[in-house]
Amino acid sequence: MNQLFATFAWLLDPAHYAGPDAIQVRVGEQVEYTLLTLLLASIIALPAGLAIGHTGRGRTLGVQIPAVLRALPTLGLVILLALMVGLGLLAPLIALVILAIPPILAGAYSGLESVDRETVDAARALGMTGWQVLWKVEIPLSLSLITGGLRSAALQAVATWTIAAILPLGGLGRYIFDALPVQDYPKMLAGSMLVIALALVTDALFALLQKVVTPPGVRAGRASLVRAKTTHSHARAALFRHASFIRNER
Amino acid sequence: MTWLWANLGLVWQLTLDHVALSVPPIILGFLLALPLGWLANRHQPSRGVLLSIGGVLYAIPSLPLFVMMPLILGTKILDPINVVVALSIYALALMVRVASDALAAVDTDVIASSTAIGYSDWSRFWRVELPLAGPVLLAGLRVVSVSTVSLVSVGAIVGVDSVGFLFLNGFQRAFPEEILIGIIASVLIAFVFDVVLVLAGRVLMPWAPVLRSREHPRGLMTEKTVIGQ
Repeated sequence: MNQLFATFAWLLDPAHYAGPDAIQVRVGEQVEYTLLTLLLASIIALPAGLAIGHTGRGRTLGVQIPAVLRALPTLGLVILLALMVGLGLLAPLIALVILAIPPILAGAYSGLESVDRETVDAARALGMTGWQVLWKVEIPLSLSLITGGLRSAALQAVATWTIAAILPLGGLGRYIFDALPVQDYPKMLAGSMLVIALALVTDALFALLQKVVTPPGVRAGRASLVRAKTTHSHARAALFRHASFIRNER
Repeated sequence: MTWLWANLGLVWQLTLDHVALSVPPIILGFLLALPLGWLANRHQPSRGVLLSIGGVLYAIPSLPLFVMMPLILGTKILDPINVVVALSIYALALMVRVASDALAAVDTDVIASSTAIGYSDWSRFWRVELPLAGPVLLAGLRVVSVSTVSLVSVGAIVGVDSVGFLFLNGFQRAFPEEILIGIIASVLIAFVFDVVLVLAGRVLMPWAPVLRSREHPRGLMTEKTVIGQ
């Protein structure tokens, strides 16, 4: 209990809200790193995922690469790249972008795959071109899953940037790694609580975004699904979608 | 490679430590998820509550959770129990969803028929529902296994030895070879676990088709089980 009081005392200490090691500065850095990671990973993964989902080509690769990446320990990857590329933001950024690609990719292609084939066929029958089908039918209908992929990637980035603070970087992981050698447990706990809070806020914001971007018609359709309708192949499909989102390391 | 031969004993010992830390969370997560997954399907409100708790727990980053464990459990910071419990929480959070989906996917006609030919609820669960849910459970367990093995190495930061020790040691000595060997060891452990699970699945469920990710017909995925909901 004393530890808990000491932790809250640490969090409320005005001295921890000033200077380069201030809490708001560290939170800002963590958010900045996370957004940068998401942006770079999206630039690569979203077009690729949409192409796979739209054309149905390259799906095997899109499934297998994330499966292999999942087995890689992030801590090792971050440190190895730092030794090869040099200290600084670049090495962990490369590692984190690589790790953020699979969930975004999976979100995009499984999102497009979730669109009813009959709907796509109907759009084509109306005379829509491939691009129009993609932009006006497939993407709007799969925005929820695409956002879901971004959500997993964001959570993974928040978590992994914390671990990457083993390198001389900013962000909230700084508190944990600075406190570790001197056994300053309240500071470690405070840093941990801040990361957890940031992760939960990120998760909640993306959950909200997922609800907002889901077209009303799709929402209505989902609500009517009942247990009896769930078939084995549904469960498998859901599982694979789920599995492909699972973050490498948090 | 000379480093590896000179330190083979260390690498082997760390590999064994890594395995010892990974196995309990995978088994615990699986065993605890079965009753909870069953409960999640039994009543509509319990499903929402259980899956929401699972989603929140799964969103918590690993290193902060490892740091928090001593406070929650009253253990010492270096105690390996911290890592085992934290990883069991992740395994459970993930497997509850899988178990609930897998059990829900058993055909209601099959359940009705087995009740009609005289199965009690208890024996129907063990002899009908669980075997039919098996292939999906196995697929979920494989994901849990891979992610648990790769997460164990983070525990090295809080002083719980695994092949993650090679990452930290290699970093201090600026020695990439040691880190690479650690990564390879971790990936190999994950691979061996996966092979064991697949073989166990073949033995326990010889009738089941080999679950392939390609069996994923388009248009079948307008399911409400959206990740993280």
